[in-house]
Amino acid sequence: MTGWALDLFQRDLKLSVRIGGSALVGVLFFLAVVTVIPFGVGPDLNLLARIGPAILWIGALLATLLGLDRVFQADREDGTLDLMLMAGRPLELVVLIKCLAHWVATGLPLVIAAPLLAIFLNLEPLAMGAVTLTLLAGTPALTLIGAIGASLTVSLRRGGLLLAVLVVPLAIPVLIFGVSAADAAIHDPVPFLTPFLILCALTLIAAVVGPVASAMALRFSAD
Amino acid sequence: MENCPCIEAAGPINKTSFILAWSPVLKLIAENLTIDRGGRRVFQDLSFTLDQGTALVVTGANGIGKSSLLRTLAGLVSLAGGDIRLEGGQADRLPFEQTHYFGHQDAVKPALSVLENLTFWRSFSAATPADVFAGKTVAPLEALELLGIAHTAHLPAAYLSAGQKRRLSLSRLLVTPRPIWLMDEPTSALDKASEKQLLDLMNGHLASGGLIVTATHTDLALDTTSILHMRTPDPSEIAPQEMLS
Repeated sequence: MTGWALDLFQRDLKLSVRIGGSALVGVLFFLAVVTVIPFGVGPDLNLLARIGPAILWIGALLATLLGLDRVFQADREDGTLDLMLMAGRPLELVVLIKCLAHWVATGLPLVIAAPLLAIFLNLEPLAMGAVTLTLLAGTPALTLIGAIGASLTVSLRRGGLLLAVLVVPLAIPVLIFGVSAADAAIHDPVPFLTPFLILCALTLIAAVVGPVASAMALRFSAD
Repeated sequence: MENCPCIEAAGPINKTSFILAWSPVLKLIAENLTIDRGGRRVFQDLSFTLDQGTALVVTGANGIGKSSLLRTLAGLVSLAGGDIRLEGGQADRLPFEQTHYFGHQDAVKPALSVLENLTFWRSFSAATPADVFAGKTVAPLEALELLGIAHTAHLPAAYLSAGQKRRLSLSRLLVTPRPIWLMDEPTSALDKASEKQLLDLMNGHLASGGLIVTATHTDLALDTTSILHMRTPDPSEIAPQEMLS
């Protein structure tokens, strides 16, 4: 029963690793965003430390958007998506597994790179840990919400930009609670757990809503 | 069949070659199919019944809706009206989940090896063997051997020629048993020898109690066939009508 799920996960992971350094491109883009901001803000180390978590979160959001358009489009172009719709497997689960594989290939490298990039922003070790933890809990939500946009734009040749426009507003709650949890960890009186648990809840909600909405859009797009 | 004025029943042409055809158990029934695509009516009220062990050859001019019909049977185009049923199949599965679609696109991932491509589809597509359908499962390597591309098994699929990709795509139909095969121009990109092989496979599928719906322009020497010829009978009518000949 679960054999096919594991095979799908492994296949998607293999494809994203072999096809073209999607992990590396995402991390490099993340690096570019994070390094550019100190040049724009100026050499104010205290300011950087204060807005550091927000910069890392925005960088991660933008880097996540980068590879999302190919999640379903690549499968649609070569006819794989048609066969997936006919495979007799629950499409919602298929979408969830594809998102999971996509997150492992592109989101997880961002989480791993975050502590390193935090050094550029003069973050304290505690803040580094907090940002990394919130990114670990929050980036799956970004991928899952992004999957809705990816499946809505699957038939468009240049859906990437439209996808970003569709997804960014939906990702704002994740951004708000991700950054506020990271900030709460740094500034003592505010409790860390409250925004962090809401962030976790957002990820869980996205794990339900994302695959269902995305599967609906994919079924519609097959026509 | 009765409720459609434009279609006549056509039984198997060659009944002697297939004994099971006398008591068909698996039956693909399409009733009054109507399809709209892009705001245009492709065809309406198309009905046919396909018995076990029979191939339905869909012919007609370009753009008449042959591929649309196949994609509808595959569940990829939504019906504007009508119904598709598979009698004698698995009750808890929709008809298109018991169907293999062999279309224009090969669904071959160039970054995976030939064997990886095939083993993925074997595990991902649910096998839906019906009680009355004796289709056997072929191991992936055996299927590649059968189609003459076993020597490429460990090569990335990117190195395959168009015809070899086509054969790899065809091997997908062998590793997961499903009673209905939908084949859109199955002979395209295949050479004469592979065409012969394809026909043997299709006849084998029919002999083991499967059903085939194929859209084609070439004459396929299949054992038991019905022909569905789609045409526009009258230019004044908007929707093309269909005739069984």
